[in-house]
Amino acid sequence: MRLPKPRGGLSEWLVARLAEPELSGSAPGADSWDDESISLWTLHELSFRGFEDADDRAEWDPDLLGVRRDLETALEDRLRARWAEAGVDATPALADVPTALEDLVATDDGPSLADFVRRRADRDQVLELLRQRSVYHLKESDPSAFVVPRLPVRAKAALVALQFDEYGDGDPNRLHSHLFARGLEAVGLRAEYGAYVDDAVPENLEMNNAGSLFGLHRRLRGAAMGHLAAFEMTSSLPSRKMVQGLDRLGLEGPMSDYYDEHVEADAIHEHLAARDICGTLADDEPDQAAEILFGAFTCLDVEARFATAMLGAWEDQR
Amino acid sequence: MSGRDFDHPDVVLVPHGPMLLRGAESVQDLEGTVHAVDRPVVALCRCEKSSRLPWCDGTHKVIPRS
Ligand code: FES
Ligand SMILES: [Fe+2]
Ligand SMILES: [Fe+2]
Repeated sequence: MRLPKPRGGLSEWLVARLAEPELSGSAPGADSWDDESISLWTLHELSFRGFEDADDRAEWDPDLLGVRRDLETALEDRLRARWAEAGVDATPALADVPTALEDLVATDDGPSLADFVRRRADRDQVLELLRQRSVYHLKESDPSAFVVPRLPVRAKAALVALQFDEYGDGDPNRLHSHLFARGLEAVGLRAEYGAYVDDAVPENLEMNNAGSLFGLHRRLRGAAMGHLAAFEMTSSLPSRKMVQGLDRLGLEGPMSDYYDEHVEADAIHEHLAARDICGTLADDEPDQAAEILFGAFTCLDVEARFATAMLGAWEDQR
Repeated sequence: MSGRDFDHPDVVLVPHGPMLLRGAESVQDLEGTVHAVDRPVVALCRCEKSSRLPWCDGTHKVIPRS
């Protein structure tokens, strides 16, 4: 993947600095949320697959780590403020963490993009959604993989069992992000990793940044696992709606196969994540219980904001 | 340290949800069809409302609990 297009002063500075590490001078402030989001997304990406036109050593460049830290602090503060504002009781009895997760998911009233796809979306809207989603799905479970060494025994075993399925149970053809890439190709979109980052709306970048932030910091392991649980717990029914919508629009084939796989897989994963990962983590590390719920809330919240933005933009076009 | 410190049952019943089954190679459904299993854990539907029996598809969550 090549470096993304700048969206303001900070990302312009960052992209120049990544391409040309000798460049001196300090980072300007961000011009906008968009500028901030693409900058943090780019800095995180250095720890995933990187960019062919960036210096690989930039991942641990102290100046860039300073910029990343400021952006991460701003993001985390924003996410925690929303969590505090939601006023959810974040002190579940430890044995009840899986139930508390279920309650959180059950009371989620964000709009459903999958519903819209199933019933009303036209072909262009679905393709636009798939381009946006590709930023996430071509990475899919990678942020959670960083958490493995940071977990106690039971949660670690359960996370690896879940990830084994995400990574195709040993068969590269079944690796979930690869299935999504095949799906993109089949509907005539570009399948390379990061192909549509320049099209990503800030709500989408923020959704991805939150997942990477949680995955990359040991301190945020509880939030990372709560985020994973909420994701898995809200996947199988919407995935089925995606299949119905794709089929309705004549987009059956590998793309609907991707969602079809998630109907079944995530009906399993949600229990592994809520009970065997989050439940045992809270049991072993009680201070993580509230963090698990914060992560789960954030997953639902950023998705709701993304869905609201997409549906709003489509509404305006009508 | 004993050889087994943790409970790790092969079958787990989820309250109001599916039956989780670990390490199975095949499952026979109500019609007698045998399905190969290619995952370490599968979720078998217990509410009988799944659209892809014998597997759970999450439908149990939208059925009112009696
Ligand atoms: S138990 Fe999940 S759909 Fe029946
Ligand atoms: Fe997946
Ligand atoms: Fe999953």
